[in-house]
This record gives sequence, C-alpha cells and structure tokens, in this order.
Amino acid sequence: MDFLRPTTLDEALAVKAQRPDAVPIAGGTDVMVELNFDHRRPGALLDLTRIGELAEWSSSDGQISLGAGVSYTRLIGELGDVLPGLAMAARTVGSPQIRNRGTVGGNLGAASPAGDTHPVLLATGARVELASVRGRRTLAAEDFYTGVKRNALEPDELITAVHLPIATGGEQFAKIGTRNAMVIAVCSFAIVLRDGHAGAAIGSAAPTPRRVAEAERFLLDELPWDAPAPLADSFKRRFAELVAAAATPIDDVRGSAAYRTHALGVLARRTLTWAWDTYRGSARACA
Amino acid sequence: MTSTPDVPPAPPQSDPGAAEITTAFTVNGTPRTVGADTRVTLLDALRDRLGLTGTKKGCDQGACGACTVHVDGRRVLACLMLAAQCDGREVTTIEGLSREGRPHPMQDAFVRHDGFQCGYCTPGQIMSAVALLREGRAGTDEDIREFMSGNLCRCAAYPNVVAAIKDVAREGGDHAHL
Ligand SMILES: Cc1cc2nc3c(=O)[nH]c(=O)nc-3n(C[C@H](O)[C@H](O)[C@H](O)COP(=O)(O)OP(=O)(O)OC[C@H]3O[C@@H](n4cnc5c(N)ncnc54)[C@H](O)[C@@H]3O)c2cc1C
Ligand code: FES
Ligand code: FES
Repeated sequence: MDFLRPTTLDEALAVKAQRPDAVPIAGGTDVMVELNFDHRRPGALLDLTRIGELAEWSSSDGQISLGAGVSYTRLIGELGDVLPGLAMAARTVGSPQIRNRGTVGGNLGAASPAGDTHPVLLATGARVELASVRGRRTLAAEDFYTGVKRNALEPDELITAVHLPIATGGEQFAKIGTRNAMVIAVCSFAIVLRDGHAGAAIGSAAPTPRRVAEAERFLLDELPWDAPAPLADSFKRRFAELVAAAATPIDDVRGSAAYRTHALGVLARRTLTWAWDTYRGSARACA
Repeated sequence: MTSTPDVPPAPPQSDPGAAEITTAFTVNGTPRTVGADTRVTLLDALRDRLGLTGTKKGCDQGACGACTVHVDGRRVLACLMLAAQCDGREVTTIEGLSREGRPHPMQDAFVRHDGFQCGYCTPGQIMSAVALLREGRAGTDEDIREFMSGNLCRCAAYPNVVAAIKDVAREGGDHAHL
C-alpha cells in the first residue's frame, strides 16, 4: 500500500486524478477500522491531514464554509454558537478521542445511513463542495447521499467543504442509542426552524439519511409563524406521524423497525417543542 | 497546478504490495525513526518496534480507549492512526509522563484511589485523564464521566477513576509537576 501525503489541495487533487484508487484518509476513524480488520486493502492511501486548506473554516453572508478536515472538537469549540444543530450532533459522535480526529468530511465520505451529521446537514439545507482537477461543484446535501454507504463523489474528486447557514432560529438534533457515548445511532432526527424555512431529516431509518418532505411542508404551512405561540399536543402528534410515515427502517442488531419508527415519532415531537421554543425566543428578541 | 508530487504507479492487482516508509517523530521527548510497512499503526509501532508496551491494545477499532496517547498534545487513539501519519509529530505515551523518576500526579492519584483492578485499561485512562484536565473538563463529576466516556474499564473501576481525577484537579492539575 502506497502512502501519499500531499501538503496542498492542488497537489492532493493531482494525485487523486492520477491514482483514483487511492483512498482518502482524514481522521481515519472509519478508514482505520476497515484496514485493521482487513475489510479493505487499498492500493494507496491519500493522507489529507497535512493539507491546511481543508482544516479551515470561514464565514460570510450569513454562511459558514466548513473545511472537510475540521475536527469535531474544533467544530464544537469554535462554531458551537453559530452552528448549534451540527455541534449537537458532533457532541454525540464517539468519544473525545474520536472527536479529536474525526471530521464532517469523513462522515460524508463514509455516507453511513447512521452518520450523525447527515440529518443536520439535510435539515439546514447544507451544500457539499467537491473538487477535482476538472474544477469545483457544489451539491445539495440531499443529492449527495445516493445509497447505503454510497455518495455522489467521482473517483477523482475530494470533498473540500460544507456550506451551511448560520442559525437564526431553532436547531435540534437527537439520537437514540444504547448508552450516552460511543454508540451508533439506532435512529436520529434533526429539525431546523428559521424564517421561511422548516427542515427536518431522519437518520438510521432508511437506506440513506433523508429529508421528510411532507413533515417539512406541514411545518411551513401550519406553524403559527407570525404569532408564535406554544404548540398544541395534537399539532406535535400530527408532525410525529408524518415523520414516522417517511421512515423505512430495517430490523437489525441495534433495533427493530417497529421500535425505530416509534422512537422517531418521539424524537420528532420533543425536538419540535425545543426548536420552536428557541425560534419563539429569537422572534421575541427581534421584535 | 503547481508541483505534482511523485506518485508511485499503482501496484498490480494481484499483489496489494507491501511498501515501506520511514517515519521520523518524537516519542516522549526523544527523536525516533521507524522504518515499517505503510500499514503499521502508531499503536503497533510503539509496542512492537519501539518496545513501549505501556500503551495497550484492547480492540484495535477505536472503541475501548486502552491505546490512548497524546499526539501534538491532544489525546487520540493510537490504533486509529498510521505510524506514517505521525511523521514530524510529537507523541507522548504513558512511559513519558514521569519526571525525574517521579510518577505524574495522575499516576499517584490512581494508585491512592485504587483507580484500577487488573490495570489493563489504566495507561489509556491516565493518558485520557491528563488530557481531560488540560481541556478544562474536570469541573463536575458529570463532566468527568462524560469526557472519560471513551475509556472503558472491564473491571468497572469507574468511581475510583473519577475520584482520582477530582483529587488531581483539586490540587491544581499537573502544572506544578510538569
Ligand atoms: C469507536 C467509534 C465510534 C464512532 N461513533 C460514531 C458516532 O457516534 N457517530 C458517527 O456519525 N460516526 C461515528 N463513528 C464513525 C466515524 O468516527 C465518523 O464517521 C467520522 O466522521 C469519520 O471521519 P474521519 O475524518 O475519521 O474519516 P476517515 O476515516 O478518514 O474517512 C471516512 C471515509 O471518508 C472518506 N473521506 C474522508 N475525507 C474525505 C474527503 N475530504 N474527500 C473525500 N473522501 C473523504 C474516506 O476515504 C473514507 O471512505 C465512530 C467510529 C468509531 C471508531
Ligand atoms: S485499542 Fe485503540 S481504542 Fe481499543
Ligand atoms: S482495571 Fe481492569 S479493565 Fe480497567
């Protein structure tokens, strides 16, 4: 196995074009498990950890551009107040040691249906930036996930950044697991409410992380945006039903399909309450 | 495009191919050089090449924390890093914590509070605990438990581990010592 360690993005893209078989390694928290257990024998590894450009973030026009190689620990510490939903998801990833190395770029690269950042990226309307020697393109997150552990990356492309709006309303992420740390989600849910936008997405409950379009439309049409009042239980239950109806979970060692569907409804109800409370608070603060 | 680096040609499909790489890094303050297959993890390099067997292998998949070391001052899992990724970096292992023959205060505290039984998880627990203090996460028992959650203990010494960490935090951490 060749070990390739470029120090600039241009170099890395040139290498990837020449060696499309090279497997990128960022934090290595997914790749190394596959190597150690011989699930994968790549001809080459492309180490991204020496590329400064991938480990930076910037902010402009109400958007954050988050480099694919920024660790979860830095994301939580440096961007927790402007990207609260993503930071909530990041706090639930693995352990402090995993979060010191693991990245959002790696979560996207692995594209596991259970990856914790995906529901937030979907609910907030994030865009994924990809680059190759042929140029750059950005994709809506929902167009990036193409199947179980499959994504829209071409063999010569790298993920360079994720673009997402700074939170102006309420954002929530919640996850069910067998304990509080180091667990892959049995199911997860994210919701983002801001003026003119209601996003909601499920994780670990379908072949890919996915938005729940009908539930989103219900919120956009029916929430009392102009006079934000507490929500009736019947309203929350209707939302929970729409979320649960969009799931197509499977039975596996982590949970049964029936349990996942039930739990998603509960997460949907709770996070709607919390996110709406935050939205109402920010609406009052602006008035 | 500026410079294109040397890219070795793809090896033939039938032979995934062993390739050697030389890694120069600092381990516990001493410069070391390791020549090894590119697939060798930092954990195996430490244990099998450098004879530093204090760092333990519990799972080899990031789940137990027994292999926790510091790389450039941050706690990471040595089983989830390649040795080659450590080129030019500073690695600290449990063997590197003592000063002038005296154990680190965290090591003392683990002994005082009986923070272990079999001791297999202990090097990882201590490396994590030292980092946790530096990260400022020793304020409450809840924080300590949450930020030690990547270190499993089959002997369930958890309450005593928390007590040891609290003790060191109360005494002002490791600064007096280091
Ligand atoms: C013990 C343990 C617990 C975990 N817990 C969780 C959890 O709670 N939640 C969760 O979501 N995940 C969890 N994970 C999985 C993993 O930590 C995350 O998916 C993490 O985000 C991966 O990031 P990384 O930088 O380490 O990726 P890597 O392992 O470096 O890469 C992952 C994949 O992405 C590709 N890749 C990485 N960067 C790029 C790039 N810039 N461009 C193109 N491709 C790229 C790689 O080739 C690889 O296929 C856990 C893993 C372990 C070992
Ligand atoms: S051996 Fe590295 S975490 Fe278990
Ligand atoms: S002391 Fe035995 S595993 Fe922790």
